[in-house]
Amino acid sequence: MSVSEKRAADPPMRGADPQVPTADPLVKVRQLTKAFGANQVLKGVDLDVPKGSVVSIIGASGSGKTTLLRCVNLLETYDSGSIQVDGVEVGYREGGKPRREQELARIRADIGMVFQLFNLFPHLTAVENVMLGLRKVRRMARAEARAVAEQWLTRVGLDDKRDSLPIEMSGGQQQRVGIARAVAMNPKVLLLDEITSALDPELVGEVLKVVRSLARDGMTMILVTHEMTFARDVSSQVVFMDGGRVAVQGAPQDVFGARAEHERLRSFLARIELRDV
Amino acid sequence: MSVMLNGLPFLWHGLLVTLQVSAIVVVISLLCGVLLGVGLSFGPRWIAWPVRIYSDLIRGLPLLILIFSVYYMLPLTGWNVTNFWAAVSALAAFQTAHVLEVTRGAVQSIPPGQHEAGKSIGLGFGQRMLYVVLPQALRRFLPPWINTVVATVQGSALVSLVGIVDLMLSIQQVIGRTFKPMPMYVLGALIYFAINYALSLTSRTLEARFAYVRE
Repeated sequence: MSVSEKRAADPPMRGADPQVPTADPLVKVRQLTKAFGANQVLKGVDLDVPKGSVVSIIGASGSGKTTLLRCVNLLETYDSGSIQVDGVEVGYREGGKPRREQELARIRADIGMVFQLFNLFPHLTAVENVMLGLRKVRRMARAEARAVAEQWLTRVGLDDKRDSLPIEMSGGQQQRVGIARAVAMNPKVLLLDEITSALDPELVGEVLKVVRSLARDGMTMILVTHEMTFARDVSSQVVFMDGGRVAVQGAPQDVFGARAEHERLRSFLARIELRDV
Repeated sequence: MSVMLNGLPFLWHGLLVTLQVSAIVVVISLLCGVLLGVGLSFGPRWIAWPVRIYSDLIRGLPLLILIFSVYYMLPLTGWNVTNFWAAVSALAAFQTAHVLEVTRGAVQSIPPGQHEAGKSIGLGFGQRMLYVVLPQALRRFLPPWINTVVATVQGSALVSLVGIVDLMLSIQQVIGRTFKPMPMYVLGALIYFAINYALSLTSRTLEARFAYVRE
C-alpha cells in the first residue's frame, strides 16, 4: 500500500500537519468481531481514525468499547475482520497467520496505550518508567533516554516527581506518568482507556489538561471515556457504541445533538447526565 | 563437652563437603527452577505440561528414594557417574521442582496490567520478564526460596547414605570411634542450625531491602 511505503521513507512526525486530512485513515477497523465464549462482544465494527484526529468512543458498560480499543494493539485478539494501523495489519500476517511475538512487539511500540489503572511499573521511578521503552525498545543511550523522559515529565507537569516511585504519587500524577510513558515512544496513535475513571474527581482535570494539549499538538488519539463534556470538547469525532456495534458516529455536535433520533443514545446520555448532577 | 571439642577438627572436611553439595544444588536448582517456573507460567502447552508432570512427580517422591534411584539406576543405563554427582543431581532435580513452584507463585502474583503495560511500550517476552515481571516477583520469590535453600542444606545430609563423607557422615565416623553419640549429634545439630539460621537472617535482610511496594 502506498501509504506504508511513504511512511517507511518518511519517519512519522507527530503533529506535522494536524489539519490536513489524509486520504487513507491512520487506523482502519473493518467488520471486527470478537466473542468471549458465548458472549459476542463485537459484532462487526467499522472505524476510521484519520491522522491527527481525536476519536472518542462512548457507550454503556458492555457495549464493547474497551474491547475494541484493546484489539487495536492486540492486547485482545479478535475473531474476524481487520485492523490496520498506518497500512499494517496488526493482528495477522498475509495468509491469516497470527503474528509472532517479535513482530507484535514492533507494532505495539508504535501504538501508545494509557490504562484505566495506570499500570506503572511499581519498582521503577517516574523517569525510569518513561525511560524503559526508550532504552530497551528504541535502543537509546541512557543519557539520551533520560533527557527525552525528563522532557516529557516536564511537559505533563511532573518536574519535581521524576525520582518518585509510583506509590509516592497521587492517582493523577501516576496517570500523567502513564501518559508520558506512552507518548515518549513517539507513537503513531495513542489509545486512552477510561483514563480518568479510577481518579478522585478533583484529579481528573489535571489529566484531561494533558490530553487536551496533546490533541492541540495533533496527536492522533482514540479514547474510551465517560467524560461527556470532555469528549464533546476535545474530539473531532464521537462514536457511540451499543451492543457490539457502532450505533451513531459523527462530529461531536451532531452526535450529542442526535439524541432525539437515536433512542438508545438518548437514554444513555440521559443516564450519564443524571449521574453528573 | 570435651568430646565435642575433640571431635570438631574431624568434622571440618565434612562440613566443607556439605557446603559444597548445597552450593552446587542451590545454583543448579535456581537456574533450572526459574526457567521452568517461567515456562510453566507463560509457556505454550508443550512446555507447561511436561514441567507440570515433572514437578508433581518429583515433589511426590521421598528425597531418599530419588537419591537411591539415581545412584543405582543411572549406572544401569550405561551412564557412569560418581556417587557424588549421582547424589548431587538427585538433590538438584528435587530442589528444582520446588524452586519452579516458588517461581510460579511469584511471577503469577504480578497483575496482568503489568504485562500489558510492558507489551504496550513494545517490550518482547524476554524483555517483559527481565525488566518488568522478574524484578517485581523477586520480593515474593525470596522468602520461600530461602526456605528451599534451607531444605537443601538439610536434605544434603542424605547424601551420606550413598557414601559421601559430608558433615553427617563425618559425625557418624567420629561416633564410630568414640561410642558417644549424644554429644556429637548435638554438635552436628548446632552446626546445621548455625548455617540455616544465618540463611534465615539473610532472608529477612533481603526482604526488607526489596520492600519497595508497601501493601
